[in-house]
Amino acid sequence: MVDTIQPLLEIKHLKTQFFTSKGIVPGADDVSLTIDKGKIVGVVGESGCGKSVTALSIMQLISEPGKIVGGEILFDGRDLLKSSKQQMYTIRGNEISMIFQEPMTSLNPVYPVGKQVAETLLIHNSHLSKEAAKKAVINMFELVGIPDAKRRFQVYPHQLSGGLRQRIMIAMALICKPKLLIADEPTTALDVTIEAQILQLLKDLQEEIDTSIMIITHNLGVVAEVCDDVYVMYAGKVVEHSDVFELFDHPKHPYTKGLLKSMPRSDVDEQRRKLYSIKGMVPNMLRPPQGCRFHPRCSEAMDICKKTEPTVVTINEQHCVSCWKYNER
Amino acid sequence: MSANVNGVVTEEWTDQDYEVEMGNGWKELGLNFVQNKMAVIGGVIIILVIATALFAPFIAPYDPYKVNLKLQFQEPSAQFLLGTDMYGRDVLSRIIYGSRISLLIGLVPTLISMVIGAIIGMIAGYYRGKIDFILMSISDMVLSFPSLLLAMVVMYTLGASLINIFIALSVIGWAQTSRVVRAQTMSLKNKEFVEASRAIGVRDIVIMFRHILPNCISQLIVLFTLNIPSSILSEASLSFLGIGAQPPASSWGLMVSNGKEYLFNAPWVTISPGIAILIVVLAFNFFGDGLRDVLDPHLKH
Ligand SMILES: Nc1ncnc2c1ncn2[C@@H]1O[C@H](COP(=O)(O)OP(=O)(O)OP(=O)(O)O)[C@@H](O)[C@H]1O
Ligand SMILES: [Mg+2]
Repeated sequence: MVDTIQPLLEIKHLKTQFFTSKGIVPGADDVSLTIDKGKIVGVVGESGCGKSVTALSIMQLISEPGKIVGGEILFDGRDLLKSSKQQMYTIRGNEISMIFQEPMTSLNPVYPVGKQVAETLLIHNSHLSKEAAKKAVINMFELVGIPDAKRRFQVYPHQLSGGLRQRIMIAMALICKPKLLIADEPTTALDVTIEAQILQLLKDLQEEIDTSIMIITHNLGVVAEVCDDVYVMYAGKVVEHSDVFELFDHPKHPYTKGLLKSMPRSDVDEQRRKLYSIKGMVPNMLRPPQGCRFHPRCSEAMDICKKTEPTVVTINEQHCVSCWKYNER
Repeated sequence: MSANVNGVVTEEWTDQDYEVEMGNGWKELGLNFVQNKMAVIGGVIIILVIATALFAPFIAPYDPYKVNLKLQFQEPSAQFLLGTDMYGRDVLSRIIYGSRISLLIGLVPTLISMVIGAIIGMIAGYYRGKIDFILMSISDMVLSFPSLLLAMVVMYTLGASLINIFIALSVIGWAQTSRVVRAQTMSLKNKEFVEASRAIGVRDIVIMFRHILPNCISQLIVLFTLNIPSSILSEASLSFLGIGAQPPASSWGLMVSNGKEYLFNAPWVTISPGIAILIVVLAFNFFGDGLRDVLDPHLKH
């Protein structure tokens, strides 16, 4: 299974800002991220650190006060930021798809779910007949594990549970067999058993359809379960990235260490222990702290951290971190 | 259901047990509506009025246009239930025929202004920014102008005719609809299903008409039934001022207007069409209010 690894998506120095009435919010600030073909990449971080903004920037769905002000997004060799509106229409849903956090509101309440999934197919394959589309949708429903798929085609969203709706969303995202699937917190709104099922499903489908997946989450458990590579984001920046084993075994950035410590564990001893949490709060992004953005919360902060932004340090081929602690070497 | 389709395990599947099998939503809606007595009465009256308008020639006891000066100002009696007017025409027959114009004027301009208002509201609410500012400034101007005055300006410029009444009433009617649809569009636009449609490559135009508009329908229906009476009233006012329906056509507003000079010696000529207007307007208002009560919680649900 060891192919020559080719990047499917390469984000280079992406800068997305929100021009609000109170000032400029750097939603994504100099984010670089690579997703290789056939890989599942996790993006983790606390709420508000720019995960969704990065994802929406890839899709170019950043709306009103927001704007992509710099960087490159290379997808399959093309720079998406230079693509026309028309080209993006044909890319969305066809080559890059996205599923969202809230399966309850991600489907239009006035249409049967099958029709909505068929819409994706028909938009991108104008020659397809309605009958053929319906057949394909029912096949897809079966593939994503929706029991009684034929009947479910005509059902309305409010008649389905959250888990089923998320499966519908996955079917909708994958029906055109996209090269990249972006899942923005696909399981946050679901309970734990359903979460495990959905994650397993994504993993299976990744092999079945041969898509790459970018999973956004603030749950490191999800990352451990399904991801190959991980990017840790804090306050609009990528602070560490690595393959998943390395990250869990040798975390470098104090923020990553904090996240790992605050992860609930299943072993009995750990359960009794009070859950650790990183002290302090995510900074106000209107005025992010000078120097390293994490320094006000960092227990290992040095003088330089308060003044100058850290540069990216390469630990090894797969592992990079932005922290002054590792800069001497 | 096979447990393993293409390697996807579905054995542990328990989710279907949670599935809510909703009964027929429309049935539930209907039941709620029937419980609202005023709305039902309103609905029945509306149906009766529509039937009257459709079958006017069969219902009206006399020819509404036939002048007979010998029968001027007959008081209401068994022969002429609502009396006769200054030309000896049967008032009841004229009211029955007049329902056609009044209903037409209630429906057509309202429909036109809803269509215009919905499109403008969707564009403004979806794109925001400059275009929103321009469109909503115009709509504010229309809303802040006394509507009857605006209609009069249109009627005086274009001349009195049925088509021009349609135009005049549409010009004053779209602004309110556009406000409502704009607000609704702005809230729907942030719903994830709109984001999701954008994420699968649906074009803006298609999103507006296929995903946003159908979710505004219940508000539009309510607005529609509540706007009909104000159209009917506006037409009555315009006719009363002499720039609405033109004789010999009989519209209720025109009848009130024509009879006003004889208010004291033959009050029935004015009062009967006045009461007809009152009843229909009230009926539509009750019906619209009832619809709103029923549809709004359903929408939230
Ligand atoms: N429409 C907007 N207007 C202004 N600021 C915004 C807007 N959308 C996002 N932001 C800002 O961008 C930053 C990143 O937000 P983002 O939604 O990417 O966070 P996230 O990592 O996805 O968080 P969560 O886990 O809560 O989804 C936040 O500080 C937020 O305030
Ligand atoms: Mg998010």
